[in-house]
Amino acid sequence: MSEGNQSNGVVVELDDVHKIYRSGDMEVHAVCGVSLKIQTGEFVALMGSSGSGKSTLMNILGCLDRPTRGRYLLDGQDVSHLERDQLADYRNSKLGFVFQSFNLLPRTSARENVELPLLYGARRLTNAELREKSDEVLKSVGLAGREDHHPSQLSGGQQQRVAIGRALINDPEVLLADEPTGNLDSRTSVEIMEIFQRLNDHGITVIMVTHEADIASYARRNVVMRDGLVKTDRAVTQRFIAADEMTKLGRLEPEADETQS
Amino acid sequence: MRLGATFKVAGRALRKNKLRSVLTALGIIIGVGAVIAMVSIGNGAKAQVQAQIASLGQNILQVFSGSVTASGIRTGFGGAGTLKIEDAEAIRREVPGVAAVSEEVASTAQVAAGNQNWFTRILGESAEYFDIRQWPLADGASYSSQDVRSANKVCVIGHTTAYNIYGDEDPVGQVLRIKGVPFVVTGVLTQKGFSLQGTDQDDVVIMPFTSAMKRVAGGTTLRNINVQIASEDQIESAQQQIVSLLRQRHNIRSGRDDDFTVRNQQEVADTANATADVMTGLLFAVACVSLVVGGIGIMNIMLVSVTERTREIGVRLAVGAHGRDILTQFLIEAVVLSAMGGVIGIVAGIVASKVISMVKNWPTVISPLWMLIAFLVSAAVGIFFGFYPAREASRLDPIDALRYE
Repeated sequence: MSEGNQSNGVVVELDDVHKIYRSGDMEVHAVCGVSLKIQTGEFVALMGSSGSGKSTLMNILGCLDRPTRGRYLLDGQDVSHLERDQLADYRNSKLGFVFQSFNLLPRTSARENVELPLLYGARRLTNAELREKSDEVLKSVGLAGREDHHPSQLSGGQQQRVAIGRALINDPEVLLADEPTGNLDSRTSVEIMEIFQRLNDHGITVIMVTHEADIASYARRNVVMRDGLVKTDRAVTQRFIAADEMTKLGRLEPEADETQS
Repeated sequence: MRLGATFKVAGRALRKNKLRSVLTALGIIIGVGAVIAMVSIGNGAKAQVQAQIASLGQNILQVFSGSVTASGIRTGFGGAGTLKIEDAEAIRREVPGVAAVSEEVASTAQVAAGNQNWFTRILGESAEYFDIRQWPLADGASYSSQDVRSANKVCVIGHTTAYNIYGDEDPVGQVLRIKGVPFVVTGVLTQKGFSLQGTDQDDVVIMPFTSAMKRVAGGTTLRNINVQIASEDQIESAQQQIVSLLRQRHNIRSGRDDDFTVRNQQEVADTANATADVMTGLLFAVACVSLVVGGIGIMNIMLVSVTERTREIGVRLAVGAHGRDILTQFLIEAVVLSAMGGVIGIVAGIVASKVISMVKNWPTVISPLWMLIAFLVSAAVGIFFGFYPAREASRLDPIDALRYE
C-alpha cells in the first residue's frame, strides 16, 4: 500500500475506458467511455441491471480483461496493455477476488484454499509460514477452528468467509466482490457486509458489484451504470452499518448460522 | 508455483479419483510390464544360447559329409558317406591353425548290462574329442589314442545312460553290451544338459571311432569331422583351407558343388541369436503399441480432468497463476500417473517373467537397464500425451473459466 503515493491516494483510475466485443459481424459496445476515480479506503457499490456493462467493467477493474480503448491506472501504474502473465502478477499482489458462487476448490481444506494465492506469489514461503499466515487470516474472518474443514462441511456464509480470507491473504490494495451476497440469505449477507465494513474501516478499498439496493447501502459510494455508461455516481447518504443490523436481526432469529458446521 | 506444492496438488487430484487413475494407468502398466517380461525372456534365451555355444567347445568347425545341395540329390548332413578317415588325417596334417581333430561316427543302438537295457546314441570319436568339447569326466578315465588305433572295446558313457543302465551303481569297469558286443566302461562324463537342437547330450555312449566302425555302425566313412582351431581369428582361413583341401582330395571340379559341408559354430550361434532377436523385436513392438494406447488413455482422461476442473483453473488464474503454472500442474499430473503406471508395470513385468520361467521352465534374465528405460519411457509417454491437455488448460481465459458451469 506504499507504492501508490505518487497517485495522491487514487488507487483506481479509469480514463475513457471502452470495451467492444466482436461476435461475427456484430460489435457489442459493452462499456462506452467510463471515467472513474476511486480513492484508497473507499467502499464502492457498482450497480446496474444486467447488460449495463457492470460485469465487463468489473472484469477490467479486476485485471481479468483489458480495455479496448482508454487507460486503466491501478495504484498509479498503467495496466491497460499488459500481457496475460503480467496481469496475473497484478491480480496476485494488488487485488483480492470474492465471487458470488464462492469458487472454492472442492475437497480441499479451508486452509489450503486460503493459501492458494501465496503459492503463485513472488515470495517463496516455507510451509510453516504458509500455515501461520493462512490460519491468521482465517481467524480474522471468524473461522478459527475450521481450518481443516472442506467447503462441503461449511455453510454458505462460512464458505464466503473462506473466499474473503483467500482474497485478503496477499494484503491487496483493492478487494473486488462480484455479487458476494447473491447466493446467501439476508442474515448471512449482513454478516458478510459486516466483514467488508470492518476491512474497509481498516483501510482496504472495496469495490462490490450488486443489484440489491439494500446491500449497496452498506457501501459509502454508489455507482450506477446503464448502457455501458455511468448513470449516477453519488455518496450513500443513509448508510447501513452491519453491526447495528446484526443486533436487530439477532433479536429476531438468534444464532442461525452456528447450527451448520 | 513451487514444485512441491504442484506435486501435492497432482497427487490429490489423482487420489480423488482412485479407480479412474488406476484404470488410466493400466495401459501403461500392461505396456511396461510386457516390455520388461519380453526383454527378460529374450535375454534369458540369449544367455542360454551363449551357455550352449560355450558347452560345444571353443572355435569349433564341423565338417559334415554330404551337402544340402549335392548334385541334385539332397542327402542331408552325414548321409553321403563321402568323408574318409584319410580326410581327417589330411586336415590334421595340412591345415594350419588346427589344434585338434576328432573323427565322428554316429549310430543308435540298444545297450544292455545285467537285466537293464536302454536305447541310446552311439558316438565314435578320437581320444581328443573330450578336450575339444571341453567335456570332463565325472568318474573313471577316457580311452587313449592307443585304444583308438587298436579299436579296443572300451567306451565312456553319458550321465543319462549311466543312470538308466546302472542306477546308483558305479559303472566304471563294468561291462556294457552294445549290439551284443561287450564293451568295458572306462568312465562317466559330467552332465552337459540339452543341446541347441533340444537333444539330451548326456544320453550317449562314446567310444573310439574305429571300434564304432568295426563293431557297431559298420562301414568305413565318417559322419563328420570335428575340428578345433587354435585361435578365433584363424577360423575363417582354416575353414577356407579345409574346403579347398577336401575339394582337391575328392576331385571336385570347379563349378560343381561340394560333397561336404563345413559348419562354423559361431554361425549357428548367430542364427539362434538372430531368431531370438526377431522374437524379442516382435514382442517389443506389441509392447510399444500397448504403451501408445496407454498414452492415449492418459490423454483422454487428462482432457476430461481439464474440463471438469475448468472452474478450478479459473480460480487459480484469477488469484495470479501464470499459464505456465497451470501447464506444469497438469503435466505433472499426467507424468505422475504414467510414471506410477511405469513403476507398477516394472513390478508386474518382473513377477510375470518369474512366473513364466517357473511355469514354462524358460530362463529369464531381468535387466536393470531395461527397468530404467521402461521407467523413463513411461514418464516420457506422460509428458507427450499430457502436453496437449495441459496446454489447453493453460490457455483458458480466466473469465470464461470462472463462469464455466
